[in-house]
Amino acid sequence: MAARKSTKKPNVSAEELTKFYRDMLLIRRFEEKAGQLYGMGLIGGFCHLYIGQEAVVVGLEAAAEDGDKRITSYRDHGHMLACGMDAGGVMAELTGREGGLSKGKGGSMHMFSKEKHFYGGHGIVGAQVPLGAGLAFSDKYKGNGRVTFTYFGDGAANQGQVYETFNMAAIWDLPVIFVIENNQYAMGTAQARSTSTPDIYTRGEAFGIPGEAVDGMDVLAVKAASERATAHCRSGKGPYILEVKTYRYRGHSMSDPAKYRTREEVQKMRSERDPIEQVRDMLLTGKHATEEDLKAIDKEIKEVVNQSAEFARTSPEPALEELWTDIYA
Amino acid sequence: MATEILMPALSPTMEEGTLAKWLVKAGDTVSSGDILAEIETDKATMEFEAVDEGVIGKILIAEGSEGVKVNTPIAVLVEEGESLDATPAAGNEAPVAGAPTAPAAPVAAAAASDTPVVDNSPDWPEGTEVVKTTVREALRDAMAEEMRSNENVFLMGEEVAEYQGAYKISQGLLDEFGAKRVIDTPITEHGFAGIATGAAFGGLNPIVEFMTFNFAMQAIDHIINSAAKTLYMSGGQMGAPMVFRGPNGAAARVGAQHSQDYAAWYMQVPGLKVVMPYSASDAKGLLKSAIRDPNPVIFLENEILYGRSFDVPKMDNFTVPFGKARIWREGSDATIVSFGIGMQYALEAADKLAADGISAEVIDLRTLRPMDLPTVIKSVMKTNRLVTVEEGWPQGSVGSYIASEVMQQAFDYLDAPVITCTGKDVPMPYAANLERHALITTDEVVAAVKQVTYR
Repeated sequence: MAARKSTKKPNVSAEELTKFYRDMLLIRRFEEKAGQLYGMGLIGGFCHLYIGQEAVVVGLEAAAEDGDKRITSYRDHGHMLACGMDAGGVMAELTGREGGLSKGKGGSMHMFSKEKHFYGGHGIVGAQVPLGAGLAFSDKYKGNGRVTFTYFGDGAANQGQVYETFNMAAIWDLPVIFVIENNQYAMGTAQARSTSTPDIYTRGEAFGIPGEAVDGMDVLAVKAASERATAHCRSGKGPYILEVKTYRYRGHSMSDPAKYRTREEVQKMRSERDPIEQVRDMLLTGKHATEEDLKAIDKEIKEVVNQSAEFARTSPEPALEELWTDIYA
Repeated sequence: MATEILMPALSPTMEEGTLAKWLVKAGDTVSSGDILAEIETDKATMEFEAVDEGVIGKILIAEGSEGVKVNTPIAVLVEEGESLDATPAAGNEAPVAGAPTAPAAPVAAAAASDTPVVDNSPDWPEGTEVVKTTVREALRDAMAEEMRSNENVFLMGEEVAEYQGAYKISQGLLDEFGAKRVIDTPITEHGFAGIATGAAFGGLNPIVEFMTFNFAMQAIDHIINSAAKTLYMSGGQMGAPMVFRGPNGAAARVGAQHSQDYAAWYMQVPGLKVVMPYSASDAKGLLKSAIRDPNPVIFLENEILYGRSFDVPKMDNFTVPFGKARIWREGSDATIVSFGIGMQYALEAADKLAADGISAEVIDLRTLRPMDLPTVIKSVMKTNRLVTVEEGWPQGSVGSYIASEVMQQAFDYLDAPVITCTGKDVPMPYAANLERHALITTDEVVAAVKQVTYR
């Protein structure tokens, strides 16, 4: 891990810690349910789960303000839930139903919410990086003080357009936070086999963009890094890079048998570094919550997820007329 | 409550699989993430994990079973303390996909027996003062006028600001609008096309100038995957109100990599609008419409036409609508359809043909998507013969699309096969004589019209 890794725990209230627990648990349970619905054939095509990476988006969002924008890749369910998009609407999009956030026309990889300033959900690896810088360009043009969280993976970090974007974001001082979610595997290719450096954030140095590595399994470390990054961007100093080192427990997509890593590697991460378990321990040992309190939250989340699945199952398929709508504004 | 564990679909194409191995047995307690079984799909052997916690009540499908259909119950999961053979809850079946035929596209196609209704009204009122203007000035004026009226419109591209435009289209814009709105980019088409598309998602109205459309090949992923498709993929929530413009097609003696006509490529994409003007008034009126359009617009200019002068009306707020062809010359013996610089050959050919006593009607499509096919059909119903003219390559050309539509919509009116005059099916050569032959020529158009009129 890099030299600039934060070891200091930020101040956090019991209330905020509980919120992190709740938000991360919602993503975890939602994704487990999505996996289940996929197994039942209710969700088709590709389905990329966020399980294991929950602390990344929840920690980043902790420093977001009203009107800040976010954009990410096709592994997008967690980001949508974290910025407050309706779980039922997300799940119904996964099942391709009328009640989905894109009326069933986008699917797992292509979802948007103007209301929550969530700009997708992009299926082309790396494409969201210049798009995110463009969103930041629009904010700078309007002078509204907003920032854009632009998420991409360690795999996308090898796309040429990422560096074209770093260059322009730097020369134009765009208020964009490049969040590299390094889950260590670009689909099935381990980082060491695909990427010239173990510390991807250092690639910003050539463009004069400051960056740091962050422990992505520790939501408080991510939150602290997000506060530094947003402060930098809001002060007009231009872009900032956060390489958040994380881990996905599941395969790249539902059809990935994940033979490129050992079961032990995954189990070790799950049992020793799990982001939700870490917060659960903090809540209990800090006496911020009792087992009963947490059980109540678990139950409440389970109910939200079950309702989202029920909605996704019962919402009708889109009317055939929808085939021909939304092609032109 | 007991729940059934169902045979999972573990790939987008899996319909059945082999339950290779059970890793749990009845009575085992499992929690979320535990591996229950190994399942062979059509692609790979997958580990199948528990989603819920509980106790395995009963194994329903023995290991080694082949051809187990997706969604078949393979085991029963009960809660701790519950009877092992509790009845599972009903439900969970996948919905039956509706199989009615999809509705046809809402087309305005005319039945062959009806004359299509078309609007061939003039672009400006009779008596309006006109000014001789070059295509270059007309494009600049269009951008300047729209930038004056909408502060969210900005221009970005290589050499558009301080250099005043590689082809001097943006002359004077930096002085009037400043560096915030007239932005020099690095030479990085993929990146700045993406940034501009993101800015459009963010509520601005970018005009992206490509030094030529040949270089837009580096950016075509953002033009199509990001700009053209987002409105549809977002269920209408957000799109990209923007213009991608620049010279397209052959200039003169610049060789294969700088001389390609992309009209047919972009015309194929739903979500894009595609404009290819010939005259200066169309360049101005259509570019103003493009900047105001809430969709991504591909605006294909031509370097050779930049310096040509045409009448442009002296009017406030002059625009030309999309999807309205212009009839440049009325005729009765054959219809020539073209667009962009192809119009030069079409009009020259019509002059030559007139000298031979053949009356050709010449139609400028002006926009390729939407395309004013009704005007073409109506003309073919009168002349019964059709020749299309373009500089692009023959296979999958704009002309071949028009020919297929005319055949389907007005077959009974055709007295000769449609001829599509195109550039030759070769990369553009450099040598002057070879280049001349690679491009479409006026004589080829004349010969084609004589062929369809059997002269």
